Amino acid sequence: MKVVLKHLTKIFPNITKNLPDVIAVNDFDFEIPDGKLVGLLGPSGCGKSTALNLISGLLEPTSGQIFFGDNDVTKLPPENRGVGMVFQNYALYPHLTVLENIIFPLQNLKGDKKMTRERMEAKALEVARLVQIERLMERKPSEMSGGQQQRVAIARALVKTPNVLLLDEPLSNLDARLRLQTREEIRRIQTETGVTTIFVTHDQEEAMSISDLIIVMKEGVVHQIGKPQDVYDDPVNLFVAQFLGTPQINTFKGRVENGWLYIGEDKVLKTTGVSDQKVYVGVRPEGFILDENGPLHCRLSAVEVMGRDTSVVSFNDNMTGVSIRSIISAENKVDTSSKEVRFSLKPYKVHLFSMEDEKRLYFEEGVLK
Amino acid sequence: MSKKELKGWLYLLPAMIFLGIFMVYPLIDVFVYSLEEGYNSASQTYFGVGLYNFSYVLHDTYFLQAVKNTIILVLITVPLSTGLALLISLALNSIEKLKDLFQTIYFLPYVTNTLAVGLVFMILFKKTAYTEGMINLLINRFGGKSIDFIDGPYWAKMFVLCFYTIWVVLPFKVLILTSALASVNQNLYNAAKVDGTSPFRIFYKITIPMISPMIFYLVITGFIGAFKAYSDAVALFGTDLNAAGMNTIVGYVYDMLYGNSGGYPSYASAAAIILFAIVLSITCINLLVSKKHVHY
Repeated sequence: MKVVLKHLTKIFPNITKNLPDVIAVNDFDFEIPDGKLVGLLGPSGCGKSTALNLISGLLEPTSGQIFFGDNDVTKLPPENRGVGMVFQNYALYPHLTVLENIIFPLQNLKGDKKMTRERMEAKALEVARLVQIERLMERKPSEMSGGQQQRVAIARALVKTPNVLLLDEPLSNLDARLRLQTREEIRRIQTETGVTTIFVTHDQEEAMSISDLIIVMKEGVVHQIGKPQDVYDDPVNLFVAQFLGTPQINTFKGRVENGWLYIGEDKVLKTTGVSDQKVYVGVRPEGFILDENGPLHCRLSAVEVMGRDTSVVSFNDNMTGVSIRSIISAENKVDTSSKEVRFSLKPYKVHLFSMEDEKRLYFEEGVLK
Repeated sequence: MSKKELKGWLYLLPAMIFLGIFMVYPLIDVFVYSLEEGYNSASQTYFGVGLYNFSYVLHDTYFLQAVKNTIILVLITVPLSTGLALLISLALNSIEKLKDLFQTIYFLPYVTNTLAVGLVFMILFKKTAYTEGMINLLINRFGGKSIDFIDGPYWAKMFVLCFYTIWVVLPFKVLILTSALASVNQNLYNAAKVDGTSPFRIFYKITIPMISPMIFYLVITGFIGAFKAYSDAVALFGTDLNAAGMNTIVGYVYDMLYGNSGGYPSYASAAAIILFAIVLSITCINLLVSKKHVHY
């Protein structure tokens, strides 16, 4: 079922009188297509969880509307929306076994939806198989690992066959290895069930790797919505460019003069279509080409060889971060005895942003053909 | 013994000396007294060793009355006070405004002196030459007949004693349960809400199990406390509890030692040992039950 948000806003009035109110969700206006896995991405405290709670019905919006399909659910309580939710700390009932946890939502059903115990257990077993915990049905949550608890939480959310599945930071409590495995698992479960899924995360890698669509937000405002690769390749502003990608995008202070981009005194790139002005220059780590005659001069600091690629750490007077990290193929040998390293840049890996509002400035050479 | 071990024992010594003199020795002494037949505290002599003291105490109508009173008191006050405390805590937890004020009010009896509270209860319940007492005035108002709660029928006196006991133990239980309720993970309630759980089901399927360790703690300490009741009865009915028919087991022990009919440490010890046995077995039963029902 598709989810449509129309001018959705949530304001938390501040308790202390002298401080302004907090606008946790500011005018959300977009559509989440049916059957997609959508990542709601942003730094901590940007209002992602609030947005999720608005969709689940646990919070009431200050203004705006929420539609599931064609139904306006804005005023409906959570239980009538048909949402399944997985909480950050899983919120499993510690005194109940896995089986009892999973059938708990089914036992709440009333009227003609009411099920017999056998039917419930059959349903529970079905979802347990889906998340591969059917052997653990008699365990208590405390007797399971974090990853297993996570699966139980997903099973409990899915057992009612919800219209929309909501996941709040589903991987944040897992260790790095398990996180990788579980995110693939979530993708698989979502594909198998086809349920429209929205998950919240502050980890861009997590969001990029499994989402059909990512929504990048900051301080209650949506900055960009799109397919992960599109958003990565084509960020609308400096925040989005810096938020996506590891290692982070390298930023420099630069200027455009007569259709050419300058970083310091280095005339690095032809940028047709941008008027003369000072700009922020973002260069993706993979946008550097090691070039003895390249226009960009940097001071070499360290070379980290990591098998497949080589990571070159260097400094430049105009960089805004602490260092410049460029990733080049390991076949290129870097002369570590040299104090200087020179690069030329791949135009489509270079993004220019206005110094005034940090919005993207487009130039002809940067368009990927 | 290594030097380190020696040091450890040395540090423990002060506590062990005090516990030995004031706890272990008296405990053993009580046990010894209870077996010495015809012990005379003035001459420190006794006739023989045996179980006569227990037999005497168990056939004493005053003791049997005290046991009956104590058990009625326990069976009524422990469940009622715990249940009431739970209701009050739930109410306190669900309000936002004035929560602190109400919490303070509910806690007041805890910091008030037992005898002062007894005095207040006298004013409420006692019939004197001048007044019928507040409660009786109320009863009269609604067309009822005056009841003498302090010197009247047994059930009336028992009612006052239970009322008083519940009133005194309630604040502590409310305090414990309010904090237990507040510490339940809010996400469990959110999860239940998303799944459309009715408030009643949330209460007995989530809230009660989550605070069950605290409830059992209160029940166990409540049982022990109620079995040891004494000062409450004195505050209401005066020191001659046998005459009022409102004695408790601890009251009986005290009377046997120092009361008008006192001077019988052997009987007192036997009664104390019996009380100890009762409390111990009830607590063991409680712990066994709680092991089955407290889930984590």
